[in-house]
Amino acid sequence: MADSPIAVEHHNPALKHHFADMEQQREASSLGMWLFLATEIMFFGGMFCAYLIYRLWYFPDFGAASNSLDITLGAVNTAVLICSSLTVVMAVRAAQLGKRQQQVIYLALTLVLGLAFLGVKAVEWTSKFKEHHIPGPTFNFEGSIPSHPDQPVDQHHAQIFFSLYFAMTGMHALHMVIGVGIFSYLLYHAWKGTYTPEYYTPLENSGLYWHFVDIVWIYLFPLLYLIDRKK
Amino acid sequence: MATAAITAERENYLNQEYGIKSWLLTVDHKRIALLYLLSITFFFFIGGFFALLIRLELLTPAGDLVQADTYNKLFSMHGQVMIFFFLIPSIPAVLGNFLVPLMIGAKDLAFPRINLLSWYLYIIAGVLMVHCMLTGGVDTGWTFYTPFSTAFSNTKVIEAGLAIFISGFSSILTGLNFVVTIHRMRAPGMTWDRLPLFIWAHYATSIIQLLGTPVVAVTLVLVVLERALHLGIFDPTRGGDPLLFQHLFWFYSHPAVYIMILPSMGVVTEIIPCFCRKRIFGYKFVALSSISIAVFGFLVWAHHMFVAGISLYAALIFSALSYLVAVPSAIKVFNWTATMYKGSITFSTPMLYAFGFVGLFTMGGLTGLFLAALGLDVHVTDTYFVVAHFHYIMVGGALMGYLGGMHFWWPKISGRMYPESLGRLAALIVFLGFNLTFFPQFILGYLGMPRRYWQYPPEFQVLNVLSTAGATVLAVGYLLPMVYFLWSMRYGKVAPDNPWGASGLEWMTTSPPPTFNFDQPPVVNWEAYDYEHIPAPQEARSGG
Repeated sequence: MADSPIAVEHHNPALKHHFADMEQQREASSLGMWLFLATEIMFFGGMFCAYLIYRLWYFPDFGAASNSLDITLGAVNTAVLICSSLTVVMAVRAAQLGKRQQQVIYLALTLVLGLAFLGVKAVEWTSKFKEHHIPGPTFNFEGSIPSHPDQPVDQHHAQIFFSLYFAMTGMHALHMVIGVGIFSYLLYHAWKGTYTPEYYTPLENSGLYWHFVDIVWIYLFPLLYLIDRKK
Repeated sequence: MATAAITAERENYLNQEYGIKSWLLTVDHKRIALLYLLSITFFFFIGGFFALLIRLELLTPAGDLVQADTYNKLFSMHGQVMIFFFLIPSIPAVLGNFLVPLMIGAKDLAFPRINLLSWYLYIIAGVLMVHCMLTGGVDTGWTFYTPFSTAFSNTKVIEAGLAIFISGFSSILTGLNFVVTIHRMRAPGMTWDRLPLFIWAHYATSIIQLLGTPVVAVTLVLVVLERALHLGIFDPTRGGDPLLFQHLFWFYSHPAVYIMILPSMGVVTEIIPCFCRKRIFGYKFVALSSISIAVFGFLVWAHHMFVAGISLYAALIFSALSYLVAVPSAIKVFNWTATMYKGSITFSTPMLYAFGFVGLFTMGGLTGLFLAALGLDVHVTDTYFVVAHFHYIMVGGALMGYLGGMHFWWPKISGRMYPESLGRLAALIVFLGFNLTFFPQFILGYLGMPRRYWQYPPEFQVLNVLSTAGATVLAVGYLLPMVYFLWSMRYGKVAPDNPWGASGLEWMTTSPPPTFNFDQPPVVNWEAYDYEHIPAPQEARSGG
């Protein structure tokens, strides 16, 4: 049996007592992360489902409301997030190769890109606030239906679009904020040299989370910004 | 018992460390199970207190004890506390937490710290809920239907919603931990078809927790946002759709019924073979029926909305799918009875609860078919028939299983035996009290008494008095085990390692188990429920 009283094999300090070996521990963490992402899909799924229904019902008004979003800022943010996913992968790769300095650089870049995304988002929200596009008693939307410019927009339906817009991008931004927190923690540990080619699970799993949040945005961008664009 | 003194002194998870800190910062799944046990018992009595007030109000036709507004709060908080703070965590977080690693031969759950985190989330949610109750409560029913909850109710909807949101995360983390543990931490030789069926049931439960809970979480977030920030997603005056809320809510809350009942089925599947001294009949069918209940459970939610204005064709499909859930449920019932057939049955306390479970679950399940039938459902929707039906499942089913399991594994958890004759008495009282409480409600509902009213016409009084009397009996039946469990911790007979002669790895370690569960990592080379090769203990036979 392998469980002789005196363990002579190399014992990684990151190995928790209740796992037999690093392999089992890594597989458990990885499965746990994937399951967590499954719950996240269901969480966002509820909102996507609501979006889908109202979009089918109120498509012209959704188009009008969507046209009021700033497509340039949205596109820039999409590019920023995709780049940040790249830097995450590079950071994981650097950990696998045992290159500490590169790890730190890529993680720092990820953080910068994440914060840039949030900054752009803040700009967008502020302009929506000024335009009275925030749902509530002061809501007021003026615009025309893209395919029928002479038809007035139903205020209520436009308001539902913005309700969903703020709920979905808000929840996404909350996930970004949490991600920035996690990556600050990772950056600190990478700088201390915690992650080695033998042990980089936290980096890998946090990377999965980051990619997930990225993917959510990749769905949000076309669904919210690119409806019924005529130009 | 000659070995008593030695067993009592053995180092185990209870006596290894002392002090409040060793409990509040523990990552041992067995200690966390006990933390959960204390907390859910607390909430059980709060929920029970509300139930008591409800039943007292319904003793007379007039609204004399409380007014309508108070009554609305009572049944709302009874439901919220009992479902989200007692039933959903009950078996998984207490027995599951304790037993999943033991049964598969692991040292702990895969993520011990996340396990502790889930308890703290539960406590935060609980504190929020208690605060909500003490500062005015909530009156939306446990269902939070919009637009009442978002636009009209002037009670603490936001606070209750957030409390349930947080408790949902606690539930998700427990489920996540179980799935990973069952996949990755099984002892050598513990293959999937050797797993105890308790584990299969918890696996199915965990999948529902993982996939269902996030949906109710986001739904509650939207309700909170709509109430606080005036989003219009569910508001019909602004083009929103309240039916969408119901769809999203029941997408979780129907499967949530299976979160409550599946673990109980798992418990019963452990108890019955043990006290019949027989291998379970149709192992694979029982295992897969758990999974198929979990899967079908996600496809039937709209049967809660038959009269809410969904299309006839949707109703037809959901009705047919609801009938489908009866198939795996019936497979279980038939397999349990087939296991008993020609078995050498002992009428010990856990077995009495298992009998109670099978009978009451069958009644609850069959009346569920009444409700799945479109025509009949129109007649009994929102009557006491529905109330009786889901209490037969949740109390007659889930709670009986929980109590049965607590008795079955109490020797392992505490290292002491409970008094058997008192145990049997309590099981009998619970069974009688339960039926006296809820059977009259079937009749009341069929006669047309609507649920959620604080008054009723005088001709319904006799049956209501019976129901209230039954609730009193039931309360005695619930208090008794609590008293003698506490008593047994000090004065009970010291439990042997395997008092029932049961199969399963949890009985092969000491009672109570050591902190890391097994002195030697177990290797499994036998099939599950191998009762042909395990001798029955004398004590369990004679009923000690």
